[in-house]
Amino acid sequence: MNRERKAFSLTGQGLSLGKKLLAGPYLVWMTGFIIIPLVLIVYYGLTDKNGAFTLANITAIATPEHVKALGLSLVLSFISTVICLVLAYPLAMILRRRGVGQKSFIVFLFILPMWMNFLLRTLAWQTLLEKNGVINGILGLLHLPAQNLINTPGAIIFGMVYNFLPFMVLPVYNVLCKIDDNTVNAARDLGASPFQTLVYIWLPLSLPGIVSGITMVFVPALTTFVISNLLGGSKILLIGNVIEQEFMKGSNWHQGSGLSLVLMGFILISMALIAKYDKNGEGSAF
Amino acid sequence: MTRAKQLIRRVWQDFYLVFIMAFLYAPIVTMMVLSFNASKSRTQWGGFTLSWYTQMFASRNIINALHNTLLIAFLSALIATVIGTAAAIGISSMKAVPKTMLMGITNIPMLNADIVTGISLMLAFIAFGISMGFQTILISHITFNIPYVILSVMPKLKQTSRSTYEAAMDLGAGPVYAFFKVVFPDILPGVLSGFLLAFTMSLDDFIITHFTRGAGINTLSTLIYSEVRRGIRPSMYALSTVIFVTVLVLLLVSNFAPRRKEA
Repeated sequence: MNRERKAFSLTGQGLSLGKKLLAGPYLVWMTGFIIIPLVLIVYYGLTDKNGAFTLANITAIATPEHVKALGLSLVLSFISTVICLVLAYPLAMILRRRGVGQKSFIVFLFILPMWMNFLLRTLAWQTLLEKNGVINGILGLLHLPAQNLINTPGAIIFGMVYNFLPFMVLPVYNVLCKIDDNTVNAARDLGASPFQTLVYIWLPLSLPGIVSGITMVFVPALTTFVISNLLGGSKILLIGNVIEQEFMKGSNWHQGSGLSLVLMGFILISMALIAKYDKNGEGSAF
Repeated sequence: MTRAKQLIRRVWQDFYLVFIMAFLYAPIVTMMVLSFNASKSRTQWGGFTLSWYTQMFASRNIINALHNTLLIAFLSALIATVIGTAAAIGISSMKAVPKTMLMGITNIPMLNADIVTGISLMLAFIAFGISMGFQTILISHITFNIPYVILSVMPKLKQTSRSTYEAAMDLGAGPVYAFFKVVFPDILPGVLSGFLLAFTMSLDDFIITHFTRGAGINTLSTLIYSEVRRGIRPSMYALSTVIFVTVLVLLLVSNFAPRRKEA
């Protein structure tokens, strides 16, 4: 949150070198545990078991089962992202109107679930959706037929929306809070209808938050293996499940790295989108 | 706008807030209620019991995992805070180009998918010959915690004024003394919130831990994952409730505790 854009930097003349050295341990650490590991994924992804260069691990994404997993991941995470946006935008608008400042309690209530262990959140939905779960129990009490809720793509979408909704609310809310009421009032004074105000004022001004929210929902939804594992059963495989199994069960690391590279391609696209629409980091959640 | 219209609008807004609130909290409340349910059924209330809690605290697995989780969260947050705060001071004294580059590196673990970060760390530990266990989880957690500390400290550093620091030096303070007497108190709220953020992130992590833990060691997250796949037991609900309440208290303290210096 960059409230003070024009603030000082600490650049001193004589002391600046000593100060810069303080970033040394960080640089060493991040090189060792961020840069080198990423280079290793690229290396594994582009070589075969004998260490020879190959593109086979990347093109393996084109096999029917992988295409199916990737396609399903894209579709489910896209739907979840749209639902999150549709639910979160009005919520953020209302919170902006009601919330007093950044630290209001009501805003806190909506952010709180984000801080809860996401395995537990998913576990909670499993409890509700299961065959002998709470929802079917309630339906039974009402003498309604039990529904097959768990192990369906719908259950996965539910889990995704539930887990990632706060990630959409927070950046959109942060950006909305920065919009000046006078801009909105001016539009209304000049005769804009509420719909026009939304399209020409609210949406364009909150675009950084929306884009940031979309990425914050889409990336974890696209790459999840936990939600699909717990709510989708063993039959529905997402691309995250395929990669996880390559590493934890199949131990074909080259294949898994190749698929991870494909996944990183999608992440890079969304990062580029953020950079394009959110130049000042206004939409960042933290 | 007429008064009636405004009223309708307000009612509609309240309804929407309650609707989303219910969606967010219903599952959590359900788990909390079930953690006190004497019957193992999820739909029948068999009376109030605390036996799932005693069962939970009697389980060696759960206590070990709890111990690991807290120790890793504390150590990783502490080390990340030291490295991250130093880094933030160093980075803020740099020129635009290296600054942008280093902040770019900071953003990688935050924007990258956890599964990719986890896998890449696992490959690196094997390449470096570090055996999987407590130490690899700790290193991984420090790695993804450092950016949160930097992003918390940076804005506070930008707000500190250089003149007070220089005034201290003019009055004869050494650079280190001047830093701890003048600059550090100003950035302390950022350092503390960075530490708390890092601690919570570490508590919450599952995916990266899943790939870097190796066999034989569990954190609460990985324990829950393996238990859940075998079928949920009510002691898991008790555990969830305890974790939820702990996180709630931590967040309330960090968000609403009165602060002497609020920038």
